[in-house]
Amino acid sequence: MGQPGTDTNPLRVAIIGAGPSGFYVAEHLLRQQGLVVEIDMLDRLPTPYGLVRGGVAPDHQKIKAVTATYDKIAAHPRFHFYGYVEFGKDLTLHDLREMYHQIVYTTGAQTDQHLGIPGEDLHGSWPATAFVAWYNGHPDFCDYQFDFSHERVAVVGVGNVAVDVARILCRTPEELATTDIADYALEALRHSRVKEVHMLGRRGPAQAVFTNPELKELGELAGADVSVLPEEVALDDLSRIALEKSQDRATYRKLELLQRYAAHKATTKPRQLIIRFLVSPVELLGNADGQVAAVRLVKNVLYATEAGTLRPSPTDQFETLPVGLVFRSVGYRGVPLPGVPFDERWGVILNQKGRVLHSETLQPRVGEYTAGWIKRGPTGVIGTNKPDALETVRCMVEDLAQGAILHPAEPQATAAEKRIQERQPMYFSYADWRRLNALEVAKGRAGGQPRVKFTRVEAMLTARRNIEKRNH
Amino acid sequence: MNIQTILATKGAHVITIRPEQAIREALVLFIRHNIGALVVLDDAGQLIGLLAERDIIRAAPMNEAIFSQPVSAVMTRDIITAVPQDDLMSVANTMTEMRIRHLPVVDQGRLVGIVSIGDVVKAQRDHYHGEVDTLQTQLLAGDI
Repeated sequence: MGQPGTDTNPLRVAIIGAGPSGFYVAEHLLRQQGLVVEIDMLDRLPTPYGLVRGGVAPDHQKIKAVTATYDKIAAHPRFHFYGYVEFGKDLTLHDLREMYHQIVYTTGAQTDQHLGIPGEDLHGSWPATAFVAWYNGHPDFCDYQFDFSHERVAVVGVGNVAVDVARILCRTPEELATTDIADYALEALRHSRVKEVHMLGRRGPAQAVFTNPELKELGELAGADVSVLPEEVALDDLSRIALEKSQDRATYRKLELLQRYAAHKATTKPRQLIIRFLVSPVELLGNADGQVAAVRLVKNVLYATEAGTLRPSPTDQFETLPVGLVFRSVGYRGVPLPGVPFDERWGVILNQKGRVLHSETLQPRVGEYTAGWIKRGPTGVIGTNKPDALETVRCMVEDLAQGAILHPAEPQATAAEKRIQERQPMYFSYADWRRLNALEVAKGRAGGQPRVKFTRVEAMLTARRNIEKRNH
Repeated sequence: MNIQTILATKGAHVITIRPEQAIREALVLFIRHNIGALVVLDDAGQLIGLLAERDIIRAAPMNEAIFSQPVSAVMTRDIITAVPQDDLMSVANTMTEMRIRHLPVVDQGRLVGIVSIGDVVKAQRDHYHGEVDTLQTQLLAGDI
């Protein structure tokens, strides 16, 4: 048999992870002229969309609208989704090598970076990623319990995830009730006694990585006033010189917004959101019960690296901020996959332009690729994964042309389906997901929400059984 | 975005050369690896210079014997280095203003990679493409 990629001998590709990058890899592959590709996309959850479902904030439905594009890709006749099938458990790398010519890992960045400070593991100190997954109804996090009886909360970080966390904490129940926030999260936040949310940025206002639309949104919250300390929003000399050089309009606009917040007089809104700059947590202080009671902060000044970046450097000035809850939002980090080389330095699969490399020879491992956050690290917006996926697909097409692909013993779609059926008989197809989706949307419609999510795998399985019973 | 993102997809191997090696050997490495600069390391593995295509071009018109000369005769010694946490935008500005095409990246005294102006332009392009795509998706939400 000749080179795969024809009607009679299609190129068989497995994509591990049904997030944005997985879909963009599928899209670019299916668009290749003159190449017949069959794609099996696996995900350990029954539901697709990755962080669009489990990460994007529930009050940002317009961002979630990107899933319509993924549904179009999934509707392609040579695309198959196998949800609730876990790589390394239900199917191993060995299995995949027996069934596919090419394998693409798009598993994202599933854990959080640590602060590396004493007290980080006290009760009440959480990775922001856990809170985000919890309010988004991720099945692995639905049993988490966050204690919102505390009045003061610290959110460490000023990236867009930190902004999401702070905003969700500050939203009123009425605002949240029109989103697709997990129902248990809405209920818990309804009883929240949080009065002050302190966002802590280690660099200055000009270096904060949140985007202007996100920052502007913080000033429009129904139940919270946003404030900034005037002395922390004033530009230092290094930032001023850098800005004069770059003339970056987005930064000027960000500073204008922050200065407006600094001059803003507090109203009678029940909550305060305080954005801090040039402070780093050095320790979380606990009470006798091992519960977070305060965060000790050091004030920073900025210095310029040789390459021109302004970085924080601690001073000898400290302050203690009493808080009962801490969310650490200093970035996501990739998790190694069984049998796949990992680059610990950057927290990604060891790769070159998306080609997975041998950990010893540093040469490409035939037939294995990666895309998205597990390839380059957790940066960029959803759309950034499109050019990233294209780069990987170009490598895949180049390698195919060179004959550098796997030679599976069973490259038939039916063989893959049979093996998946054997290993995980409860797997979810895309049609199964669309039926769950219809149920979620219908349930949401009743309460004026975009959807009410299934948050437990067991509930998804039951719902599917009920649909099957009804249809028989 | 910081330049660690660029290094993450460049593999772990940095092509280096020793100061006593000949320029001819450097040219072979340029061609073999399709690169435009080599990091020069001494016996102790310390970064002591950078040899770029331009260094050779600049020296060649006055020096017929350049191919057999050692790298140390031509390399740039006074170099700027980056750290993995450097912002992409700051690095882009610095490289543009100072007309630097290659920036070795050092982490805690150890060479961990090299970033070229081509890498920086590509990362910026992908960043902007991604933002435009995401904004368009949001604007068209409901119409698609």
